[in-house]
Amino acid sequence: MTRDELPMEAEVVGRIEESPTIFTLRLRLTDEHLRHEYRYMPGQFNMVYLYGVGEVPISIVSDPHDPTLLDHTIRAVGRVTDGLARLKAGDRIGLRGPYGRGWPLREVEGDDILVVTGGLGCAPVLVVINYILMRRERFGRLTIIQGVKHADELIWRERYAYWNTLPNTHVLLAADHGGPLWPWHVGLVTEVFDEAEIAPDRTTVMMCGPEGMMRAGIGNLVARGIAEECIHLSMERSMHCAVGYCGHCQYGPSFVCRDGPVFAYPSVRELFKTRGF
Amino acid sequence: MSPATAQPATDRSPGLLPHERLQHLLDALSRSGYECIGPKLRDGAILYEHIDSVAELPLGVAVEQGPGSYRVDMTDSRRRFGWANGPQAIKPFLFAPREILWRATQREDGTLVFDARPPACKPLAVIGARACDLAALALQDKHFLGGTCPDPGYARRRDGLFIVAVHCSHPAQTCFCASTGDGPRATSGFDIALAELDDGFVAESGSDRGAAILDGLHLSSATTAQLVAAEEQGRHSSEVQRRALPGRNLQASLFANLEHPRWQEVAERCLSCGNCTSVCPTCFCHSEAEVPKLDGDSSLHEREWDSCFTQGHSYIHGFTVRPDTRTRYRQWLTHKLGGWHAQYGRSGCVGCGRCISWCPVGIDITEEAHAICGPQP
Repeated sequence: MTRDELPMEAEVVGRIEESPTIFTLRLRLTDEHLRHEYRYMPGQFNMVYLYGVGEVPISIVSDPHDPTLLDHTIRAVGRVTDGLARLKAGDRIGLRGPYGRGWPLREVEGDDILVVTGGLGCAPVLVVINYILMRRERFGRLTIIQGVKHADELIWRERYAYWNTLPNTHVLLAADHGGPLWPWHVGLVTEVFDEAEIAPDRTTVMMCGPEGMMRAGIGNLVARGIAEECIHLSMERSMHCAVGYCGHCQYGPSFVCRDGPVFAYPSVRELFKTRGF
Repeated sequence: MSPATAQPATDRSPGLLPHERLQHLLDALSRSGYECIGPKLRDGAILYEHIDSVAELPLGVAVEQGPGSYRVDMTDSRRRFGWANGPQAIKPFLFAPREILWRATQREDGTLVFDARPPACKPLAVIGARACDLAALALQDKHFLGGTCPDPGYARRRDGLFIVAVHCSHPAQTCFCASTGDGPRATSGFDIALAELDDGFVAESGSDRGAAILDGLHLSSATTAQLVAAEEQGRHSSEVQRRALPGRNLQASLFANLEHPRWQEVAERCLSCGNCTSVCPTCFCHSEAEVPKLDGDSSLHEREWDSCFTQGHSYIHGFTVRPDTRTRYRQWLTHKLGGWHAQYGRSGCVGCGRCISWCPVGIDITEEAHAICGPQP
């Protein structure tokens, strides 16, 4: 891969409204050769380019088994994402990628997987859940823990409910502020860890979400005996180039775009305890 | 020089280039296809710009530098390189302050076409590069060329670069290259190195193409006295430096002191203006931005220098990771003097002292590093 790699043209083949501000774009590279060459690992991201406006880093949430259709779940929060929100089927955009290092899913086959996420639906771990459910026999128990501030922020409610019906799969949700229709836990996400039946010696943790939540979660899980090297987390930082040049995602000894976005916890541990890096 | 000692210089024995023949060097470089870039006095500072003639070089100029201060004086010296450095040297010629990366064109049916916009560039010869700037150049090379995907614009400009170093003979009060191990004498990374004496330049080559240029000048050998004088001048330039960092590798010490009260104290003085990152010869941060054409048919994707002292540098989806000056100064210093060791095998500071001189409030990186990494009160 070289820096002069240009965006590839992609066509919007579908748009799913996930919530009033969150949507998923299903994209297909228009060049047949590039489309068939394209491969990625869950946890990697693309730079998604909106003509005349700019680029944003967005993780790929669809299954790597079919890399010809690339789903990107996006929250409309700024200039580029507001524009992307207005796209419809048939529109053309640009795509550079895939970039970064993804989840070590092949390496942890056989383990129990504990997915911990927080905030407004965490796309980088959605791909982990889908990946495991498509290959159920290769993994042990799957526990999905999601925390939100307010009950009405939870998207994919039906999906969580469905996952909870699957064999050897357990969903635990927590909202700091519940409501009349919130059947799950009211309180911090770490408070539902007790219900999760975690076997520390065979559990790999995959986390994504606000860093405060991840800090609290890691502290709690390590105290339960999970080894730090079995905890993986996806980090978010400003990214402009995606290839380790522009400096925006510099994080201690790492560039998040190139050395992450998924890190084994020990490699970011020292800085992770401090806010403002 | 006595005629008895005058012998043709080879690439092994340094030659002597008299002051009045410096133009011959520029002419030889021009004939070899290089555009000459050299120091000029403009707007009260030494700037590196296109030169055709040695008459444009800063003859007799002396520069006094201090924290937040840069003052030019005229002297009757015959020297043209009797000053330490200006706000910039080599960096802007390779890592362009602003450049186009690619262009997107939208056809009438809405489809997009992307094309690269390679920069047009002529081979440059930089005259008067200092040891600190050569050390910085080596670091920028590691950043932009050392990975798996070399930066094409930087690579293209770097390929053609010819360097005439001039050993620093008049370090500023702000200089501390001796403490970082990067100067004042240039020891590598040049094609030709010159030591400026009152009677001319002791010239030696550092590459085959440098040797070829010098051979073409048919210089006489420098005398032993001249070589000794050049040596002595280098030693003196090192000894007069009063500033120093508390160590060559402060990585562990800085990261062990992330909550030191000094970060807040320096933040109360720092204006977060980004001058330090603009003049730093190793800072590489840049932002990418979209510049659509007014006719709507195409859009340029550009990059330009950015600074970790800006609000936007750490912005992600509605949230600023480093919202205050304390976290921004800490980001800059822990990266420059700490994180660089892990990323590039050495500190990101080459001791040029520019961030001290050009800081509007005179914040001194060596003083801050001592306060944070030195013995605790």
